[in-house]
Amino acid sequence: MEPDMESENVSGEPPVRAEITLIVNGREHRLAVDTRASLLDVLREELGLTGTKKGCDHGQCGACTILVGGRRANGCLALAVAHDGADIVTVEGLAHGDELSPLQAAFIERDAFQCGYCTPGQLCSATAVLDEAARGWPSVVTPDVAAEPELDEPEIRERMSGNICRCGAYVNIVAAVRQAAARETAGRRPTERQAAGREAAGHGGAGQGPTEREAAR
Amino acid sequence: MRPLERVEARDKVTGAARYAIEYPVEGAAHVVAVAATIGRGEIESVAAAEVLAMPGVLAVLSCENAPKLNSVDDAELEVFQSRTVSYRGQLVAAVVAETLETAREAAARLRIGYRAEQHDVHLRDGQSGFRADVDQGDPEAALAEAAVSIDETYTTPAEHNNPMEPHATLAEWNEDGLTVHDSNQGSTTVRDTLAKVFDLDPAKVRVISPHVGGGFGSKGTPRPTAVLAAMAAREVKRPVKLAFTRQQMFSMTGYRTPTIQRVRLGADADGRLSAIVHEVIEQNSTVREFTEKTAGPSRIMYRAPHRRMAHRLVQLDVPATSWMRGPGETPGMWGLESAMDELAVTMGIDPIELRIRNEPETSPEDGLPWSSRNLVACLREGAERFGWTGRRAGREGRTLTGMGVASATYPVNREPNTATARAEPDGRFTVRIAAADIGTGARTALTLIAAEALKADPGRVTVEIGNSDLPKASLAGGSTGTASWGTAVHNACEALLAELDAPIPPEGVEVTVDTKEELESQEKYARHAFGAHFVEVRVDIDTGEVRVPRMLGVFAAGRIINPTTARSQLIGGMTMGLGMALMEESTMDLEFGDYLNHDLAQYHVPVCADVRDLEAIWLDEKDPHLNPMGSKGIGEIGIVGAAAAVANAVHHATGVRVRDLPITPSRLLPSL
Ligand code: FES
Ligand code: FES
Repeated sequence: MEPDMESENVSGEPPVRAEITLIVNGREHRLAVDTRASLLDVLREELGLTGTKKGCDHGQCGACTILVGGRRANGCLALAVAHDGADIVTVEGLAHGDELSPLQAAFIERDAFQCGYCTPGQLCSATAVLDEAARGWPSVVTPDVAAEPELDEPEIRERMSGNICRCGAYVNIVAAVRQAAARETAGRRPTERQAAGREAAGHGGAGQGPTEREAAR
Repeated sequence: MRPLERVEARDKVTGAARYAIEYPVEGAAHVVAVAATIGRGEIESVAAAEVLAMPGVLAVLSCENAPKLNSVDDAELEVFQSRTVSYRGQLVAAVVAETLETAREAAARLRIGYRAEQHDVHLRDGQSGFRADVDQGDPEAALAEAAVSIDETYTTPAEHNNPMEPHATLAEWNEDGLTVHDSNQGSTTVRDTLAKVFDLDPAKVRVISPHVGGGFGSKGTPRPTAVLAAMAAREVKRPVKLAFTRQQMFSMTGYRTPTIQRVRLGADADGRLSAIVHEVIEQNSTVREFTEKTAGPSRIMYRAPHRRMAHRLVQLDVPATSWMRGPGETPGMWGLESAMDELAVTMGIDPIELRIRNEPETSPEDGLPWSSRNLVACLREGAERFGWTGRRAGREGRTLTGMGVASATYPVNREPNTATARAEPDGRFTVRIAAADIGTGARTALTLIAAEALKADPGRVTVEIGNSDLPKASLAGGSTGTASWGTAVHNACEALLAELDAPIPPEGVEVTVDTKEELESQEKYARHAFGAHFVEVRVDIDTGEVRVPRMLGVFAAGRIINPTTARSQLIGGMTMGLGMALMEESTMDLEFGDYLNHDLAQYHVPVCADVRDLEAIWLDEKDPHLNPMGSKGIGEIGIVGAAAAVANAVHHATGVRVRDLPITPSRLLPSL
């Protein structure tokens, strides 16, 4: 990253831009992005979607977590130019109109944040956690990797450990994710769960996951 | 009061809550700061022309071209005013560019020539004398005569606040003066400071900070971000955005000094203390004097006729130390509460019983009566709930288990404030005060305080905070916020209510109050919050890894205003305390003179998997000598006793006394 100052001349060339398309929260954007720009900076600076936060810019805190093609990713580690055509969901896209996703509602109910700066990342991450568990993906603490993982506290703690909360809201974050997970499991039959698992998206609850919403648009 | 969910909760879960540099502003340029790469010396040259040639670069600012600023108390804010480099990582230049990418690249390419001098960044037992805060009786003689004594040295490393939102400012000048959206713990203070620095009438400066992504003390003093952004915006005649990088936060935004604490306790055969000596060595930068009052809590915790509490500040070429959650109390109670545990173990007295035997009737510091002191009740309540009685060190396979306890305390202070309360004919109320909500739940607590004073439903009350145009307010710091702002809010609402006999006229009714007089006429009491931390540990014999399956904090902090947010703040403090106990450590690179592990991959803070069964509860404490709400601050006490409780539990489990934080496998394993 650090340029070698002795040998390299300072460039007089203008920055290189590339045209890409991003689908963000169901809306298509045609953009000429600086090829050095991260998805995080494009979302925040070009699209004005400042819900996604920058805590470290180095993939070390999770504040910038977004869903890219339904999977969670650190926006600060993703070069925008490499994501032409990507389908992205940010915190601004988690609610269904005015109706909060079950995770968002549970975060409020359980007071799962204080300053709120890590919260968008926590919510996107948790949205993906519900989806990953629904697909049957084990984690390092899953006792039986062949069985359907149950999102109990150790599972949630493990799966949510990529998102730092310096305010220390973890106890409440785990409670909130658990509550949303329980509601989701209760509201979904096994066959539906598998079917949903094939789709790429987080699941805020039956019929409310971004994928279903995108399909409806 | 009944719990109220955070007033701004919806904005925080939908991404609508805007933090400093997130305000939509047309044509903003981007500023990236440049840090010194020598530990001490002078700037000889800044090769600005080279990067100014890059398309999109608008300006380079440094000591070579910066406008003259007025100096204020904090020399950290004298941005680019001299060629002197006082520490590695110091803010020495900045690049302003059209885009963040260009600014970042130009900042990386900016060549700065230095004349380097040998730096000294090594904190050690130096030559200069101690500055004693307390000297009572003859502690040396008392220690010599004591039936039992403890004489040990405890250390804490440098620790960094690391709020999740970096220090950041969006600055804009127009015909009305300067407007900044800034991440801070008090907009009034930032406004007054910027006004001084730029020689402006404070009425011409607006500081807007409705949401702040944590601070933990590091945003308590105005930071160079605000000064630099304002300077840059004036230079390029455009609004600018500036955020320090996570790496820069390790040198530019303050941190807790490392401490070396020698604690000596002398006791009679029953464990009654005759002497407490707490002597602390800590570091200071050459830029800004700051005393971490580490021995402070020893002044009030336990009864002992002979006492000495002293600090020695060693001036080094290090980044400027500052506030971090529970300054003084947090490192100090690590030393004192470890020593108390050692005394209990040496004497074979239960650690809780030892503390009860040394409970002072009045404040040992000045003999003042306590406004309330329920340490013993916290210890007893916690013991009961945690299953302390009959605790046993255990072993399960290759795991050792044990329990520890430590006391906590934090002073209760209030600052003068002003507030306005307003009633509208439609039955709604608006309360205005330039308070800050940095995640504490202040906005919500003040809503409850106002609603109670107005005898109205909280739904009818809007509290406006986080803007220096509002009535001037003190900082969110020192656990003084809710008590200080709350007094003003309460008084304003009560005064308003008294005027609401007649129907409210169309223009509304408004009352403004100032709490200065009330605070000055306050009766003399020793006012402190107390608490007890209980910890269970599991120690892996083969790896030396310590896990904390259970942690309980019991607090006596007056009346709790909003149970929901109060619990969050307390468990948040305890979580940070867990980090202090087990992982947080900034390692000084003696060769280069900066903190080596300056990012979140290397400076470890607790994550979700580290925190298991962690709970905070409080006693129903009624204290009529505090403020109209009867509340004590709770922002810091949650962290205070946590580290000692963990270490004491580790000792209980393993028989190994760790006196240097954090308790990492490399410190513990060799002794297992
Ligand atoms: S900002 Fe991307 S992980 Fe921290
Ligand atoms: S809520 Fe502040 S960092 Fe998580």
